[in-house]
Amino acid sequence: MMNKQGRPTQPAAGDGSAPATTYTGNRGLDMEEPLLFEMGQDETTGVDLPDAPETASKLGGLERNGDIGLPGVSEPRVLRHFVRLSRNNYAIDSGLYPLGSCTMKHNPRLNEKTARLPGLGDLHPMQPTSTVQGALELMDSLAHWLKTMTGMPAVALSPGAGAHGELCGLMAIRAAHDAAGSSRSRVLVPESAHGTNPATAAMCGYSVDAIAADDRGRVDLKAFEAKLDDDVAGIMLTNPNTCGLFENDVVRIADALHEAGGYFYCDGANFNAIMGRVRPGDLGVDAMHLNLHKTFSTPHGGGGPGSGPVVFSEALAPFAPVPYVVHGENGFELVEAEGDDGQTFGRLKGFHGQMGMFIRALTYMLSHGADGLRQAAEDSVLSANYILARVQDVMSPAFDGPCMHECLIDDTFLADTGVTTLDFAKAMIDEGYHPMTMYFPLVVHGAMLIEPTESESKESLDLFADTLRFLTEKAKQGDTARFEQAPMLAPRRRLDETAAARKPKLRWRPPEPARAAE
Amino acid sequence: MRYLPLTHADRSAMLSAIGVDSIDDLYQDVPDEVRLAEPPDLPHHKGEMEVEGILRGLADKSVSPASVPTFIGAGAYRHHIPATVDHLIQRSEFLTAYTPYQPEISQGTLQALFEFQTQVALITGMDVANASMYDGATSCAEAALMACRITRRDKIVMAGSVHPHYREVTETTVKFTDLTVTASPADADGAEDLLALVDDDTACVVVQNPSFFGHIADLRPLAEACHAKKALLIVVVTEVVSLGAVMSPGAMGADIVVGEGQSIGVPASFGGPYVGLLATRDKYVRQLPGRLCGETVDQDGKRGFVLTLSAREQHIRREKATSNICTNAGLCSLAFTIHMALLGGKGFKQLAQLNHARAVQLSDRLAGVGGVDVVNASFFNEFTVRLSKPAAEVVEALAARNILAGVPVSRLLPDAGLDDLMLVAATELNSEQDIDALSGGLAEVLS
Amino acid sequence: MSNVKYSKDHEWIAMDGDVGTIGITEYAQEQLGDVVFVELPDVGREISKGDDFAVVESVKAASEIYAPVSGEIVEANEALNDNPALINESAMGDGWIVKVKLSDTGELDDLMDAGAYQEMLKELE
Repeated sequence: MMNKQGRPTQPAAGDGSAPATTYTGNRGLDMEEPLLFEMGQDETTGVDLPDAPETASKLGGLERNGDIGLPGVSEPRVLRHFVRLSRNNYAIDSGLYPLGSCTMKHNPRLNEKTARLPGLGDLHPMQPTSTVQGALELMDSLAHWLKTMTGMPAVALSPGAGAHGELCGLMAIRAAHDAAGSSRSRVLVPESAHGTNPATAAMCGYSVDAIAADDRGRVDLKAFEAKLDDDVAGIMLTNPNTCGLFENDVVRIADALHEAGGYFYCDGANFNAIMGRVRPGDLGVDAMHLNLHKTFSTPHGGGGPGSGPVVFSEALAPFAPVPYVVHGENGFELVEAEGDDGQTFGRLKGFHGQMGMFIRALTYMLSHGADGLRQAAEDSVLSANYILARVQDVMSPAFDGPCMHECLIDDTFLADTGVTTLDFAKAMIDEGYHPMTMYFPLVVHGAMLIEPTESESKESLDLFADTLRFLTEKAKQGDTARFEQAPMLAPRRRLDETAAARKPKLRWRPPEPARAAE
Repeated sequence: MRYLPLTHADRSAMLSAIGVDSIDDLYQDVPDEVRLAEPPDLPHHKGEMEVEGILRGLADKSVSPASVPTFIGAGAYRHHIPATVDHLIQRSEFLTAYTPYQPEISQGTLQALFEFQTQVALITGMDVANASMYDGATSCAEAALMACRITRRDKIVMAGSVHPHYREVTETTVKFTDLTVTASPADADGAEDLLALVDDDTACVVVQNPSFFGHIADLRPLAEACHAKKALLIVVVTEVVSLGAVMSPGAMGADIVVGEGQSIGVPASFGGPYVGLLATRDKYVRQLPGRLCGETVDQDGKRGFVLTLSAREQHIRREKATSNICTNAGLCSLAFTIHMALLGGKGFKQLAQLNHARAVQLSDRLAGVGGVDVVNASFFNEFTVRLSKPAAEVVEALAARNILAGVPVSRLLPDAGLDDLMLVAATELNSEQDIDALSGGLAEVLS
Repeated sequence: MSNVKYSKDHEWIAMDGDVGTIGITEYAQEQLGDVVFVELPDVGREISKGDDFAVVESVKAASEIYAPVSGEIVEANEALNDNPALINESAMGDGWIVKVKLSDTGELDDLMDAGAYQEMLKELE
């Protein structure tokens, strides 16, 4: 007897398309999720705390009364909320993330494990130093690796991210000039620089003097020399630069600058291209920050935290900020404040810096070793040049010659297609990619800056290059709808940034009727 | 090397596709004299087991606060972090995403930021908050700069209640500008005349509540005095759990609130990464530093979130930006948001009550120990004790007895002549046995 | 609008007695894109020719507005606070930014008339 009940095991014939709308607003695994403040009720909580013992209140009569307005949500609902939100994010772990200048490389999970080890991740910064010798040794080891990789004699670990590192470096430069009784007012910054560079120079009381780029995407040496005089405190130069090119005149620039009494700040955002192959100390650099969250794989976490240690030359080392680790009689010691004879410019951050990032970065460096770091740099450069080679006949490279770890395309290849760099980038979203950095650096029209990193296989690079070629072909064929309407397949389509900025809505507030009833 | 997917064959094929013979050709722009023939003199690569072993070795050389009675605070606090928090922040989609520059594929991060901003505004009693700063100390410096921009004045006044690191970071930040910091001596007794701090040139008065020494002050008269002189009141909160029990800075009249958010969801981690909170009134929003997330709609009219008011920031305004900050405390702010979501209003208040009650128990016990005077009349979960011996020695002696007693004030204020003072903090993680251990240990060491 | 003059920074000034109304040109608003905020100066402030006295922000840019003439600001266009889009909709009309009482009307001679400004725009293209 055949059982005719139960589920059919083959799909129905036909080519039914998805329903235009669904009752829930969800579309399969693509879930809509309200704000926390639109769910929950006051008596609910996602934690079970013990009852507080009965004691007198010592709050000085300043108790907080009334409802704070935080919704009460149970643990399963909180978990589901954030899992659903997470599904709306692109991430390195889900695909190639070619965001130029950001070094979106693989984030090893061993780093996460070591950062959570009892005795590292749970240490309190104000424990007696006798009880945290392992942590201080770790900081000392990290310092040794960073100094050796860069060929620089000193390092300040405390800056909280790259821009904070820039501030650290520029303050040391300013302090050195002040100590020498040298009053200088200008810092030279190439036009192609990250926005953090001029912003940082301004925080140190310097005016910013922009240097033009030459037609090879490098600092125009003549323009630089023309601006160099004894009023120049220093230069802030990114090398490899933001066009993805090595500044081949860097040593001449450093020599001329030193001759004029200035200091060389190097923005180390692109150190990934040269680690193990070039030591910034050999280039004449006086201060350089390292982005542990780029080069040394600590996760970006949706915008941070970062960590921006700064390596210093002998000339600037005395002015480095507190705190720092020293070898003392009874082991490692932490210098948290210098005596009156010290030359430190001061303290930049609470406690001792981003220890959680130090642990991850050291884990990463120990895993790679010096040989692996050099190989990673080479692979990142090889991968960027490979993509360039695969697309250069149809797209338009901004400059000739090999690039470093990222390749720069301008929008010449889109001329007369009606497709802009923005449209092209958004179409990549529909293809399942995070777009490249766009409209940066500012010196190139409609810039697309592509940094594949060393973490991609050749198959992955080929598929990416093929996708770029496919989209280029579609743009040139006049398939503008694919671009103008993109993205069509993402959790959201293009968002109205104008409306967001004209009437800023920066927090949730109760709906109007509920507020009227308050 | 396990992290590098390219094979030797891949590399050769790629070099030929590029049309060069070797990787050295791609480094042709590097001057010969600075090219390294070999990598620097450091160890070679290691497997996962070996590396983990090295890190475990380092971890074993320190005393984990979880393994001994611990009462250390002074701006960073040990709290229980629900397992859900650490699980969720390790979701790949949160952990390995960049800053949400492409909002269509970053709604997870953006919505969480919007929720974070709302939570911070609610607990501080303010209108709006930004999407985080590096930590409380840098947030304090940025708030002072912000107040100077708003008032177009250049004098920053810092009360003796403020954490020394916050004061030092603010002093360093303005060191090379036209702005000045006037700081009061450390106010261990909570007796400073705050109303005397403000004059006609003052851009802002920065106070901490509860203070570095633990005292809780009614700041309403100070807020009135500031506003009468058209100066701003900046209130620093280094222990955000206190906001579940103590009247909010917003209710006291603060114009800017600075906070260290570490207590909610973020481990002590030897000092970082933490999460700096910065909240203010609606009218000052365009002077805020750092990122802001705002609500809008997409092309189909669906609600969505974007980074907004970017014209304040360095990537557009360059040398005229409100701050040079770019990367912030992203994942730590997410941990904060998740932990706060789990607590809810009820749990947040319970947590605060529990902390306060433990601290009251602790102070009652320590007050009975010979050689210990409790300085504070008011406090939240941390207070100051005056010891009959130098606090630094006492702390070392107790560490040798496997008790992490507290923080000698002299460690943060070496020249203030406060060598006999120690800060002690109690949180929900401290048991009655811990309190027994500390009071017993102190009695022994001080006898 | 024969009494309207233009600066090379793309501001216009329309005179009425010794008071000039200042705004940005149609060309400038197009370059900026959707204006989202205008930072207005305080009334009563003295400005000198060349000072930056206001900022016009779009989503993607922030542009300082430089004084084409010297004088005292006698009025700022408060309507821009609620509706910055006025600059996009009517750069030369309702989207004006400030009114300035000129201290030296002779400075007007350094500015361009409509014809000269149009010539300059042609060269920019």
